[in-house]
Amino acid sequence: MKKFSACIALLFLFACRPLFAALSIEIVGGGENQIPISVVPFESDATGLSKVIADDLARSGMFKTIDPGMLAPHAIEQVNFSDWRGKGADAIVIGGIYPVAGGQYEVRFRLLDAAKQVQLAGFSYTVAQNQFRQTAHKIADIVYQQLTGDVGVFSTKIAYILKQGKHYELQVADADGFGAQSVVSVNEPIISPAWSPDGRKIAYVSFERGNAVVYVQDLLSGRRHIVADFKGSNSAPAWAPGGRQLAVVLSHDGSSRIYLVGEEGGNPKLLENSAGISTEPSFSPDGQQIIFTSDRGGSPQIYRIAASGGQAMRLTFEGNYNVSPHYSPDGKSFAYLERNGGHFNVAIQDFATSQSQLLTDADLDQSPTFAPNGKLILYASIYGGRGILAIVSSDGRIKQRLTMQSGDIREPAWGPLVH
Amino acid sequence: MKQLMLSALLMSLLAACGSQPPKEEPKPAPVTEKAPEAPAAPAPVKAETKPVLIDALKDPESILSHRSVYYDFDKSIVKDEYRPMVQAHAAYLVSHVNAKTTLQGNCDERGSREYNLALGQRRADSVKQLMEAAGVPSGQISTVSFGAEKPHAMGHDEESWSQNRRTDILYQGE
Repeated sequence: MKKFSACIALLFLFACRPLFAALSIEIVGGGENQIPISVVPFESDATGLSKVIADDLARSGMFKTIDPGMLAPHAIEQVNFSDWRGKGADAIVIGGIYPVAGGQYEVRFRLLDAAKQVQLAGFSYTVAQNQFRQTAHKIADIVYQQLTGDVGVFSTKIAYILKQGKHYELQVADADGFGAQSVVSVNEPIISPAWSPDGRKIAYVSFERGNAVVYVQDLLSGRRHIVADFKGSNSAPAWAPGGRQLAVVLSHDGSSRIYLVGEEGGNPKLLENSAGISTEPSFSPDGQQIIFTSDRGGSPQIYRIAASGGQAMRLTFEGNYNVSPHYSPDGKSFAYLERNGGHFNVAIQDFATSQSQLLTDADLDQSPTFAPNGKLILYASIYGGRGILAIVSSDGRIKQRLTMQSGDIREPAWGPLVH
Repeated sequence: MKQLMLSALLMSLLAACGSQPPKEEPKPAPVTEKAPEAPAAPAPVKAETKPVLIDALKDPESILSHRSVYYDFDKSIVKDEYRPMVQAHAAYLVSHVNAKTTLQGNCDERGSREYNLALGQRRADSVKQLMEAAGVPSGQISTVSFGAEKPHAMGHDEESWSQNRRTDILYQGE
């Protein structure tokens, strides 16, 4: 049996106050061919750690959770596989939480294949109680990866803007909406948060000086600096994959154009000299290409250009409003927003085939952002008259809604995988 | 720890709410793209010929009290109906060399916030260009875009959207 102890460090130690407000998540559509799995409540699990694992798996839409009923094994020798096959479970998660020295706890878990009657994974973590949720997400990531073959994103973070009246907050929360932290809180609009590739900083646009200004803020220290504050609008920050450079959009020379600028600011370099609006840059994963929105052809459409400049190539041709492109993490497709009659919806287009697929169907969707495994797209929408976040799988089958108790949430950005 | 438990309680309460059957999505209002009603035709401008007792900019009788240019969706062209008003402001700025104006471009909430920020800038610039063509020195005009971030009307329908696709003409000190 493979077993090792690991101490999970807190991914982020935010120098800001915790919030009681939490996002709640509702699954509004499920995938087909869900894997039936039973997560047995862990031994001495007073805080519900194993429920966090089960909730993560259920929310992904890839799993059907099976109630263990009276069965409560915590060790592999207590498992009778035929009982589980009788319940229709293909996989079982068991484990326990045990106090160790220094006020720490050992969290043990095993993932078992009920049909093959073998262990697929087994780990033990020594953690403090305030790391139980992160540990649960880590376990859910391992289960997800073992059973689907894809990277799990339960341990990642999301950023978004919460608007309450005239008050705006940039917040960061766990991918399940728990543990929201305020990063910036101002009485002027904030838009366009963008995670640095290492997950330690967020670039964003704030109107607190009157016009749109681009900031970069360090999440650990809370310190921030201005990256671009020229006359006119400074906006649409996008990190180059290396994390030392950003693409930003400046209107100081009269038209909104894309520039490249160092992470610390300094002299921006014009990407291309073109007519019309150019905005919303998104770097390819290898940093060689930038896709962006431009209305140079008469209506806003999506174009691609080399990050070193040159000739831009148009990528979208259907309809008269295609905006907000974002490269998929594998670089093979991009998510964007398209107008369909009176509706604005998220779609995905494949680079190789130029085929696009409409993924959402509400009235006013906005701001799509990929999960770092490329399987899910987080976006903003209006539901019941309020701004909410929603998630759709990149094949369009799974849908979730994330709502806040009060206020409007918008402008989501899914953080990177951080190891 | 206390916070964790409180949060956990909140989460479970929310989860309980979330398990109710989802409400049916409200049917969208049909989307039309008409401009808002033009402001009532202003009375002929007489403020300049009679003794100026009140500020023409604030005189409801004056065309100068009209301050907003409205647009169609994804458009920044100043429609003919707003040109006399923009020209009157240009004339005011030419005759008041110490006056300064700020043109604030706005968009409705639909589509991309970043594209709307750029479009709002272009809307403000379109008014600026008309004023400059009428002889206003560019130093008297500044522009700013609020994109879709500062809507006047808060509804999610054309009635609100038409009010929010707008350039506002403000004077220094206002």
